Amino acid sequence: MIIGLGHYLAVAAVLFTLGIFGIFLNRRNVIVILMSIELMLLAVNINLVAFSAFNGDLAGQAFAVFILTVAAAEAAIGLAILVVYFRNRGSIAVEDVNVMKG
Amino acid sequence: MLAMPLLPEILLSIVGMCLLLIGAFSGNRVAKPMCYIVAFSLVGSLLVGFLSPSGAAFGGLFIADKLASFAKTLIVIGAVATVIMAAGRSVSADGVGPMRFEQPVLMLFATIGMMLMVSANDLISLYIGLELQSLSLYVLAAIRRDSLRATEAGLKYFVLGALSSGMLLYGAGLIYGYTGSTGFDAIQSGVAEMGQPSLGLVVGIVFLLAGLAFKVSAAPFHMWVPDVYEGADTPITAFFAAAPKAAALALFARVMADPLAGADQAWGQIVAVIAGLSVVIGALGALAQKNIKRLLAYSSIGHVGFALIGLAAASEAGVRGLLIYSALYLFMTLAAFACVMAMRRGGRAVETIDDLAGASRTHPWMAFGLAAVMFSMAGIPPLAGFFGKLYVLGAAVDSGLYVLAVVGVLASVVSCFYYIRIIKLMYFDEATDILDGPMPRDLGVVLAIASFVILFFIVLPGPIVSQATLAAQQLLQN
Repeated sequence: MIIGLGHYLAVAAVLFTLGIFGIFLNRRNVIVILMSIELMLLAVNINLVAFSAFNGDLAGQAFAVFILTVAAAEAAIGLAILVVYFRNRGSIAVEDVNVMKG
Repeated sequence: MLAMPLLPEILLSIVGMCLLLIGAFSGNRVAKPMCYIVAFSLVGSLLVGFLSPSGAAFGGLFIADKLASFAKTLIVIGAVATVIMAAGRSVSADGVGPMRFEQPVLMLFATIGMMLMVSANDLISLYIGLELQSLSLYVLAAIRRDSLRATEAGLKYFVLGALSSGMLLYGAGLIYGYTGSTGFDAIQSGVAEMGQPSLGLVVGIVFLLAGLAFKVSAAPFHMWVPDVYEGADTPITAFFAAAPKAAALALFARVMADPLAGADQAWGQIVAVIAGLSVVIGALGALAQKNIKRLLAYSSIGHVGFALIGLAAASEAGVRGLLIYSALYLFMTLAAFACVMAMRRGGRAVETIDDLAGASRTHPWMAFGLAAVMFSMAGIPPLAGFFGKLYVLGAAVDSGLYVLAVVGVLASVVSCFYYIRIIKLMYFDEATDILDGPMPRDLGVVLAIASFVILFFIVLPGPIVSQATLAAQQLLQN
């Protein structure tokens, strides 16, 4: 079997969907949400690199490198916010993130 | 000089890095002077931007055109007003702890991000600008790090913001794959060659739209807005409500009307649904709110919906309406937040609507200004908000979107209820407890200037309307 563009896109779509479900169905832990976000971004990277290889255009790979860099900054900021939240609340369970409602 | 159109952003970045160094050595006592330096350099960068040549730079990654300069003017007005108001509130809303020096620096970096994203001419530079803005805003939301509400607001904003960035990227990736380029000009010709947009491109457009709708806080992606508005410190909330809204709306208009112009039958209907949902949710959600910041959050969802009605029209008049609406909304929201920041009792910030009761006796000018803002937001002629709605609804009717226009008008009627309730509280109810003394001067100046624009837009619509017309013309020509 020849592995074509469609296979890469399918893998990326599955990973992306897993990431979205990880954010919405997970009721336990905010860390899992951070992991799901990374999963989504990596799925996008697979897409971009696959398109870049099959279209013969380098811009997609440059885009993927930018995404990796920004994702690192994003994870750092997310963990920092999570730490200050934990200091105030004493819990990082998703169902405890509920001080404000309405 | 290849990068000359980028000069304002480069200068601001240098100022930002210098301020970070100064802050690292001097600590929080320089926070207040830093606010003024940030405001001064933002105004300076705007002037430099007017003098720099327009056109594309960095191989077409960045473009300085009429739309960019219109949006940058709005962004700088919003950022300067909120930075100056923040400088006057150098203790936090609950009266504990000084302002941190990171706050003006982050506001500056967020503003640079907004200026970059409205000038983006490529999916990569769009993403970089958007993330520079978003990452700074996540930290700003949680900058009162000893407050549970602020950190919860920051956490919610971060999770949903990162999710929306992921969706936007997934869409950008598909658009890149199916049109073969990340540059807006090449995407435009790729879409035009395709004729009927392919399925992959349509899926990409939908994801990109979802991501952008998150960033402009349009329904059904609005869940984070009320919590972030309520939880963040009030000067930060004012910043969130003013500058990023104008920037994200301009970006939305650019992405839809420039690279994806050939696929307007694909995105027009989706934008129409998003706009209709936003005006309805903005009107209904605010009815039950007691906290004025939450009320303004729902009101902002509704106003973004109105601006998007203009975009849904997918015409030059529609884009012009969106730009005019976002300019007028900027002044209304600045005036409203100047009043919210002035609501203090015994030195502590109060935030419920009932605290405004009887304000017309103790604070006649503030009550007058806030009443003008509320009437304008409700869309009562002859105030500015009415003309904003007139431009977008007129464009929608011209494009045959009758249902959407009717939904907009009905939602506007419903929203009158809560805007006018505030006026009734201020003018006809007895004060239970009196708010603190006269309005601080900086808030008064912002309120006066913004109310002046709102009250006299009918006689002097000139600069806003003519610049918006030029920007819309140039955007749709190429």
